[in-house]
Amino acid sequence: MAESTTVKKKRVGYKLLVEPRLNPPPGWYPLVVSIGAIVFGLFLGGILIAFAGGDPIRSYQHIAKASFGDIGVLSDTLVKATPIMLTALACAVAFRMKLWNIGAEGQFIMGAFAASAIVLTPVLSAETPRWLFITVMILAGMAGGAFWGFIPGYLKAKLNVNEIITTLMMNYIAVAWVNFWIFGVWSEGGFQMSPKFPETAWLPRLLDYAKSLPSLRGLTTHGGILIAISVAIILWMVLNRSRWGYEIRLIGDNPQAAKYAGINIQKNIIYVMMLSGALAGLGGMSEVTGVIHRLQTSPLAAGYGFTGIIVAWLAKLNPLVIIPVSILFGALILAGREIQPSGVPKMIQGIILVSLIASDFLLRYRIRIVRVEA
Amino acid sequence: MDPIIILQAGVATGTVLLFATIGEIFAERSGVMNLGVEGMMLIGAMTAFSTTIATGNPWLGVFAAMLAAGLLSQIHAFITITLQADQVVSGLALTFLGIGISLVLGEGLSKAGTVSLLPSFSIPVLSQIPILGPIFFTKQNVLVYIGYVFIPLAWFYINRTRPGMHLRAVGEYPSAADALGINVFKQRYLYVFVGGLLAGLAGATISLAVSPGWFSELTTAGQGWIAVGLVIFAQWDPVRAAFGAYAFGALRRLILDIQGPTILLGLANPFYYNPYWGFFLQMLPYAFTIIVLVIGSREAIRKRIGAPAALGIPYIRGERGK
Repeated sequence: MAESTTVKKKRVGYKLLVEPRLNPPPGWYPLVVSIGAIVFGLFLGGILIAFAGGDPIRSYQHIAKASFGDIGVLSDTLVKATPIMLTALACAVAFRMKLWNIGAEGQFIMGAFAASAIVLTPVLSAETPRWLFITVMILAGMAGGAFWGFIPGYLKAKLNVNEIITTLMMNYIAVAWVNFWIFGVWSEGGFQMSPKFPETAWLPRLLDYAKSLPSLRGLTTHGGILIAISVAIILWMVLNRSRWGYEIRLIGDNPQAAKYAGINIQKNIIYVMMLSGALAGLGGMSEVTGVIHRLQTSPLAAGYGFTGIIVAWLAKLNPLVIIPVSILFGALILAGREIQPSGVPKMIQGIILVSLIASDFLLRYRIRIVRVEA
Repeated sequence: MDPIIILQAGVATGTVLLFATIGEIFAERSGVMNLGVEGMMLIGAMTAFSTTIATGNPWLGVFAAMLAAGLLSQIHAFITITLQADQVVSGLALTFLGIGISLVLGEGLSKAGTVSLLPSFSIPVLSQIPILGPIFFTKQNVLVYIGYVFIPLAWFYINRTRPGMHLRAVGEYPSAADALGINVFKQRYLYVFVGGLLAGLAGATISLAVSPGWFSELTTAGQGWIAVGLVIFAQWDPVRAAFGAYAFGALRRLILDIQGPTILLGLANPFYYNPYWGFFLQMLPYAFTIIVLVIGSREAIRKRIGAPAALGIPYIRGERGK
């Protein structure tokens, strides 16, 4: 076109124009961007799998089939999703206040430890009715996690000690602490695990009801998933419908304004860290009483606390969105056990998180391609 | 339980933390906090080990490790500097990514056997000095000696040279630096890259010198995070970082050695007769990191010194602010 209007040749080029958004993008936009980021992450992950000598398409097919293929594996997916859901909720409430609790892993383990202590000390005898047993263990698990969250929270509030490092260091301490008990005091015949819990201390599982409903046979989904979903709903209400939730969100968005509004930030740091720890601890309690049925480090310290961070971020810290996202990640972890090389699920989680963070840029900025004539 | 041997080994082990901590000091001095040190170190350790197996040349391994970790750091640089995302989350993501990639690419490396390692030697005259000679200059790895030279160089570069002044300016007051014609974005990319190079070197120090081999995630075992903690204790000063790094190295060695003898301080050694008490020893480096952070934070409050003023804040040109 340029040639027809002018005698001299004009160079026509295209330029990327990046400008800040003045208005928030439409409601569907963040969802599309997030899904796009996940797809992009899976694509990149596929390239890396191929680079390491694997077959990306078969790996992904395997993940889909091994996690949602039939009712049995779907049930296993929900079992894996339960601890992730609770640690993700723990991270979400802390992150909402820009409190970087990276210690959900350790708080999860301490929750499991405290709940196990009820059985192993023993605080309650094996003849205790199940409802009482479970209630006491829930309280103990939450207390254990809350205590592990209190320490970094207190240090942050009173001495301004960086909570990222302290919570992370306490993860390692928690693992060593539990190892001390299961290698020594509570070791079953020299093995690195405690004796099995009495059945009165197990969370009810679907297969327990197989007598009256035969189709439930073999399904290991346990009561923890109900606890996790209820916690998600309660947390959503607390964050979005209560005064405390408003304070948490205000401190996260604008600590200066929160201070002028008379909100006690120090107190809230300690409370939120304790709440966050308690939720992670509840996750640990649900894992020992619902799945492992004994205290043992290796299946406990499997990285649920870290996956929780990714899930919380992926769900944009919304407790209700955490429910489906946890189930997706539960699937990824469940199927990942059989995939070679074994690091694949971890790597894919990392790539998804990276592309997700990068994609946030698209929510804040508008990118336009404009034609420039020079 | 010979204190000289513990300190000697501590200096060697501490060299890992030394490189990683000083690397992070460079990045943070420019205003970018990179929590991905653990991931970058792991990538470095894996790359160094596998490259050395493939080529037989450990120096090539060191070079590849630094390059690989440096490249990984640029993901963080792009996300936080160009895309202005939160540095904490991006750094965490980088750790996950680094761990994941090194587990996938390092699959099977643990059974790869032994490789030719970097040389260790004694320095002729200096090793004769009483006490200091055996600790610092006897049968140390070449990377340990490089570390000694590196500490004063890093200090001098940051505090006494013009590029070092630009580095500090960018981290303290980027808009003023920008007004003076310093390219803030370029500087930050550069020093995040430097941090990556040094984290990669730290990883190579583990897998080719201090505790040779590839043990998946246990290769680093959280040392990257300890390095991030040490930066705060060191108050962003390479010389203080060196003291912290060597002290931590000695502590790690002491923990190993304390479980050996049957008699400790004239008493029956509980760690020998009940090995599970050793788990309390394992907690020590992590507990000490917390204690060191508390000390550092208290001192920072008292002396009113603190992090680089622009640490963690993305620089957006044309926006009002620091």
